[in-house]
Amino acid sequence: MAENQTPILSVRDLKTYFFPDEGTVKAVDGASFDLYPRKTLGIVGESGCGKSVTARSILRIVERPGRIVGGAILLRRDSGNGRGTEVDLTQFDPESREMRQIRGGDIGLIFQEPMTSFSPVHTIGNQIVETIRLHQDVSEQQGRRKAIEMLHLVGVPKPERRIDEYAFQLSGGLRQRAMIAMALACGPRILIADEPTTALDVTTQAQILDLLRHLQEREGMTIILITHNLGVVAEMCDQVVVMYLGRVVEQGPVDAIFHAPKHPYTQALLRSIPSIHATVRTELPTIAGSIPHPYNRPTGCPFHPRCPDFMPGTCDRSEPGLHPAGENQDVSCFLYHPA
Amino acid sequence: MSLGTSVRLLDVKGLQKFFPIRKGFLKREAGQVRAVDDVSFHVDKGETLSLVGESGCGKTTTARCILRAITPTAGQILFRSEDGPVVDVASLPKSRLRPLRRQMQMIFQDPFSSLNPRRTLFDIVAEPLAANDVGTRQERVNRVAELLRLVGLRPEYMRRYPHAFSGGQRQRIGIARALALNPSLIVADEPVSALDVSVQAQILNLMLKLQAQLGLTYLLVAHDLSVVKHVSDRVAVMYVGKIVEMTDTQRLFTAPKHPYTEALLSAVPKPDPRLRAQRIVLEGEVADAANPPSGCYFHPRCRYAVDACRQETPRLEEVQPGHFVSCHRARELTLRGVGQ
Repeated sequence: MAENQTPILSVRDLKTYFFPDEGTVKAVDGASFDLYPRKTLGIVGESGCGKSVTARSILRIVERPGRIVGGAILLRRDSGNGRGTEVDLTQFDPESREMRQIRGGDIGLIFQEPMTSFSPVHTIGNQIVETIRLHQDVSEQQGRRKAIEMLHLVGVPKPERRIDEYAFQLSGGLRQRAMIAMALACGPRILIADEPTTALDVTTQAQILDLLRHLQEREGMTIILITHNLGVVAEMCDQVVVMYLGRVVEQGPVDAIFHAPKHPYTQALLRSIPSIHATVRTELPTIAGSIPHPYNRPTGCPFHPRCPDFMPGTCDRSEPGLHPAGENQDVSCFLYHPA
Repeated sequence: MSLGTSVRLLDVKGLQKFFPIRKGFLKREAGQVRAVDDVSFHVDKGETLSLVGESGCGKTTTARCILRAITPTAGQILFRSEDGPVVDVASLPKSRLRPLRRQMQMIFQDPFSSLNPRRTLFDIVAEPLAANDVGTRQERVNRVAELLRLVGLRPEYMRRYPHAFSGGQRQRIGIARALALNPSLIVADEPVSALDVSVQAQILNLMLKLQAQLGLTYLLVAHDLSVVKHVSDRVAVMYVGKIVEMTDTQRLFTAPKHPYTEALLSAVPKPDPRLRAQRIVLEGEVADAANPPSGCYFHPRCRYAVDACRQETPRLEEVQPGHFVSCHRARELTLRGVGQ
């Protein structure tokens, strides 16, 4: 699927480091991946793997003391005459006019916790209208009509009444729908969803995932879905990027990742998740140890202290690069590419 | 697990907990939230019963009532204490609760906020011993060392502070503390939901191991059905303050009899792209416990609802031996579970 299409967004060797007083945290340390139009790319990993910082880097909203120290984020836009233009988002100032246009205009974002993403002192309608008017030259009235239309689109019942409510008056599921309405109000081509269903109950989660799929079909959106939940990835994504301690350890089509995982971390992660299909009351295979503290990053391959296939002298000495292994699948491991 | 000669450790009968809704300047009572409404179940010694359901279903309130962290509105909580007699925890005066609390302990959800950052591991794990005047200082040190080994931590860590430990290790510390007084019942409220996936498995395995080793009885409160399947003997599904289905784990997952259970099982995202399901997506939202719908509380979202469901509230009935369902159509419907 990948070859004959141009990616809409390419991340190349992205490095986003944080510089607190205690030292340097390499939150994202050389991540590369491509995003293809109308597809859903899943970025999956556990806490501290850099998946959220990657998303924030794309939108240039990394908070101090963090900053992008290397790499490129290439966004391709259609300039109408059949040819596209390409901009490198790392070259813009985060506060620049261009970046503001891109945020919300080209790329929308929905966060994990919709309660903290909405202002508690403004109605959700005011906030959606503000977003619309920031990007489009429309009157208050037109903005309001558009906001109601958006709320209707994402399945908020009685949108003409709900628009004047505050975030705390809505249930978790409705709040997340309102958040999606706000993110999509200006018709972005790319939607970044950072743990969009983590704070929700399973039946509400099913509703929101359904909505995202439906909107993608209808609007032709491209989605980056960031999650730790492998079940959500399996249900939603076309391509998957697996991250561990700031690095992409494996990427490929969703079926290959789940049925032919190459990297020992991906394999162990898939084995260790509690599954609803498992036998009752059985021990789960586990991954030894826990995720290292960011200040104590292991040398060499970041996964080597926990890896069952650890090769002394190799994995703890040099860092593997991301190289092809199998069809459309890349893996960063010395088992496949000897040093 | 519990065949024949099982001993009933906990027997909950008709448990209710209503919270008043107060309105206006004078805080007059304007209504009630029926957080737990006529819940009955039992837990046998050595088994694990899980309470599952979505937020607001009353599972945590039920657990808190059993520990008497809150006083129930009505009902009985019969607990077989170590020295033999069965006591009703629900009606016991506060002064007599303390010796009972040694026998029921809790494991909390968030290992980051449930451990005091200013106290060492020794202080934290020995706290229940100190609070109950158990042992001399040296005996406590020995006991803490033993407990830390039991949960897979090195006894040398005793002098360290919680910040030096990862989420999974902190949850082990919390478990060690819960075990300090040799309790017979452990109430675990979402014990792994704050942990990374790769660490969840370690803690679940530890819970299974400790249960086998120490003969513990678990009451587990959880929303994640995959986690529940891994550790439970029996499962009770709650919806808006009531148990809607309760049976042994295998049967609940493979042959559910309540439409809500079926929808819950179907809503869990399966970690296999080839199983992209024809998911049952429930419309609407969980009913409001302050103002529940008529008849069966689930009927507005139920794809199988008939007239009777709108009018009559179903009772929890034993439709097969050991399989309790609260649904008018439980005997006629064939519902979809999940395979092995």
